[in-house]
Amino acid sequence: MAEFINLALLAMLALTALRVIFLKDLFAVVMLFGIYSFLSALIFVNLDAVDVAFTEASVGAGISTVLMLGTLALTGRTEKENKHSSVLPLLVVTVTGAALIYATLDMPPFGHPDNPIHQHVAPRYIEESPKEVGLPNMVTSVLASYRGFDTLGETVVVFSAAIGVISLLGFRRREENDTPKSGLKEHHVLRVVAKIIIPLIILFALYVQFHGDFGPGGGFQAGVIAAAAFILYALVFGLPLAFAVISPKFLQVMASFGVLLYAGVGLYSMSQGGQFLDYNKLAADPVAGQHYGILIIELGVGITVFAVMLSIFYAFDSQVERSNVQ
Amino acid sequence: MNFINDYYNYWIVVFLMMTGFYIVISANNLVKKIVGLNIFQTSVFMLYISMGKISGGTAPIVAEGVTQYSNPLPHVLILTAIVVGVATTAVGLSLIVRIKRAYGTVEENEFENKDDAI
Amino acid sequence: MLEQHLAALPIILPLIAAPLTLLLGRSILSWGFATFVSGCASVVAWQLLLAALSNGALSYAVGGWPPPWGIELRIDAANAFVLLAVTTISTLVLIYSKDSIQKEIEAHKHSLYFTAHLLCLAGLSGILVTGDAFNLFVFLEISSLATYTLVSLASDRRCLTSAFRYLVMGTIGATFILIGVGLLYMKTGTLNMLDLANRIAPYESSRTINTGLAFVMVGVSIKLALFPLHMWLPPAYTHAPSAVTAFLASTATKVAVYVMIRFIFTIFGVEHVFHEMNIDLILMALAIVAIFKCSYMATVQSNVKTVLAYSSVAQIGYMILGISLVSVTGLMAGLIHIFNHALMKGALFMAVGAVFYRVGSVDIKAFRGLGKQMPLTMAAFTIAGLSIIGVPLTVGFVSKWYLVTAALEQNQWILAALVLGGSLLAVVYIGRIIEAAYFQDLSDTLDPNDIKEVPLLMLAPMWTLVIANIYFGIDTSITTEAATSASEWLFQNHNLQEVSP
Repeated sequence: MAEFINLALLAMLALTALRVIFLKDLFAVVMLFGIYSFLSALIFVNLDAVDVAFTEASVGAGISTVLMLGTLALTGRTEKENKHSSVLPLLVVTVTGAALIYATLDMPPFGHPDNPIHQHVAPRYIEESPKEVGLPNMVTSVLASYRGFDTLGETVVVFSAAIGVISLLGFRRREENDTPKSGLKEHHVLRVVAKIIIPLIILFALYVQFHGDFGPGGGFQAGVIAAAAFILYALVFGLPLAFAVISPKFLQVMASFGVLLYAGVGLYSMSQGGQFLDYNKLAADPVAGQHYGILIIELGVGITVFAVMLSIFYAFDSQVERSNVQ
Repeated sequence: MNFINDYYNYWIVVFLMMTGFYIVISANNLVKKIVGLNIFQTSVFMLYISMGKISGGTAPIVAEGVTQYSNPLPHVLILTAIVVGVATTAVGLSLIVRIKRAYGTVEENEFENKDDAI
Repeated sequence: MLEQHLAALPIILPLIAAPLTLLLGRSILSWGFATFVSGCASVVAWQLLLAALSNGALSYAVGGWPPPWGIELRIDAANAFVLLAVTTISTLVLIYSKDSIQKEIEAHKHSLYFTAHLLCLAGLSGILVTGDAFNLFVFLEISSLATYTLVSLASDRRCLTSAFRYLVMGTIGATFILIGVGLLYMKTGTLNMLDLANRIAPYESSRTINTGLAFVMVGVSIKLALFPLHMWLPPAYTHAPSAVTAFLASTATKVAVYVMIRFIFTIFGVEHVFHEMNIDLILMALAIVAIFKCSYMATVQSNVKTVLAYSSVAQIGYMILGISLVSVTGLMAGLIHIFNHALMKGALFMAVGAVFYRVGSVDIKAFRGLGKQMPLTMAAFTIAGLSIIGVPLTVGFVSKWYLVTAALEQNQWILAALVLGGSLLAVVYIGRIIEAAYFQDLSDTLDPNDIKEVPLLMLAPMWTLVIANIYFGIDTSITTEAATSASEWLFQNHNLQEVSP
């Protein structure tokens, strides 16, 4: 049954991707991309990668699609006729594809438990991490502790993206009388439902943040979900009000703070005689130290991701003319 | 038949990767290029996650009665890669917005004509 | 206490400094802080090089977890050498940029510029210092994102399209590297570089591993601008702010060359890559085409920055040529050229930036008469230019010398002749600019009183690099010792300590 679902999902993905090539309506292209992302998330669930599915759904189908739509609002909805010959791209793609298929010929077969990657490095994560790190979710143990340095790098990548977007777009402040209609305030249903849903979304984000040790979740997903709550607020009630609730300047401070919090944990471990990011040194009992370390760095990640995602949305949204919002 | 069963997953993923790659290198519209880039990257993620799956295994979260867990390491790598991907997308889309403002178009052949080719 | 953490400091320092710089806000403060941190990183790099030359290699297990379960930082003579070049150039460029960016970047973006520079430095340092293949990918993306941002900070709108093209090509390259690493991981189960080396060795001719190697090579080739994947480089270098070009030209592509060296020598091993897959012939052929085609392209450009950009691609060809000779001397020539080229191009781009600062243009016509109006700048340009040509007493000569020696060691007379031929083309493209500066009069549209020398903060780093060009061209002991040590180390096989199955 799982095989059949897998095959069906992959087939739908292939169809979606193929359709994107030939469509000229970019709005449809972006929507198809959102569908592609959701289907991938489903495939990830089928392949037991629940944390990844969660992140792909929120980040890929959520944030990426929103940003692309924001861009389309500014650049236009239709692609013009392409007069390029497609021979060279087709050739490059065929050669690359052939090379990859060639590589699959002596790959370890799909799903077999005695593949090389299940024999080395991973067994310790699976067997020892519940004892060494003390968390049920092995992915969080590896992400936050064993390979915590990668996650610090990832947080810095998110921070770099914020720097890039802020330096390119900035936040255009609108004059108060410049925006006759801001947001979707006339739509009563949206306003009422938004007011009910937003606090629930924030609560859910906090749940995901702190529950990441026990189930799928963690800093990234939580940060994105929390940002989604505020993005919804900005869409329904208008950007000026959103700026008043959380200003872009404050978000920059938050983003910096998250990175510094994460690196700060590393520095503290160094001061206690351990290596950089050695959580064992954070408390008398190593496992308790691991818990503290993971809690704080996930918090740092969540804060930075939230601040950055919201800043990027603010930057894009403040570019759009708001004269004719329907 | 067993051979196909063992590898069809990877073949379809390769096909998806190449579709995304094709869109990136052949699209004239910059937004479509970014969409293609994302499709390409998401398919690479599927390659990694497919490696980690064990038949009959389950998600790598400790639970009662489970004996076989799928491999957590590819999951960790891809979590990082997804975030890197969206960061690149955000910067790319910001560049597109600025290009539109500066050139009035986001079709590659049009703004290439407006500049001296280097 | 800091001693034991020395290996991690090159990353930690700029990484923590970047968000702090953003918080500092005001231009002067963020400049001062960024320069100070970069200077500290250079001092650390120097210490690391000394330690690596005396002890062999340093290993640092981040998080306290031993490799391959945790991420390892591994410093040997090769990456310590490149790290020294990167951090020193970073500090000098930051000093230079205080005045340079006044005329090229809007005032409210200055602190963003310094933040992005520190992020780029953190990324590049991370690539150099890490011993984990996936960690390398993460830091590669940090430095790449920061680079796209830096390039797009200029006021000329063409910087936007250049940055976008760079972004698309760079991300394709990074994704190829990710695919390659994935294929390797699939067959070995590990991401630690030395562990990968141990586990790849038993595979005689696995299709997956060979394809993984191919994808990594193509991905890295895009990043280091190997012909024909170099198309992103000339527009990006031309339209980026001068300080940014000076930094990138000296560091970003060199770090990518290091990545190629690391994958070839440490992870895959010389026998596999060169003798079984004949990659050396492919690299050699591409390198030669790069040297000649791009040196030729440099001779016909009217924008001086574009001349130097094509020259950079040609110089990278020299480095790859050294690697493709598959000998200790060849690799040593490549490594020493990484260091020397950073000195040469850094000085050249700083000089060009100085011209832009005063004249407002970097077309060849803008250089007319500057020999008299801006004597120090043009003297710097001339000496660095002579270095690119390969005149004795400059570092350029040292690089070419070792490259020719390495070629002759293998009786490759034709190659040696080609290396010298490239120098002839360099005479043309450098000569055109020097001729305009010294043998033509100042353009009529410019007022001689406006065109004076640039401020001290721009001249001092420029001349530091120029003097380094001459110093290391005469006293080659430090650079050759480091490069030879690194080369010999890379040719040996090393084992991961504490390997457990």
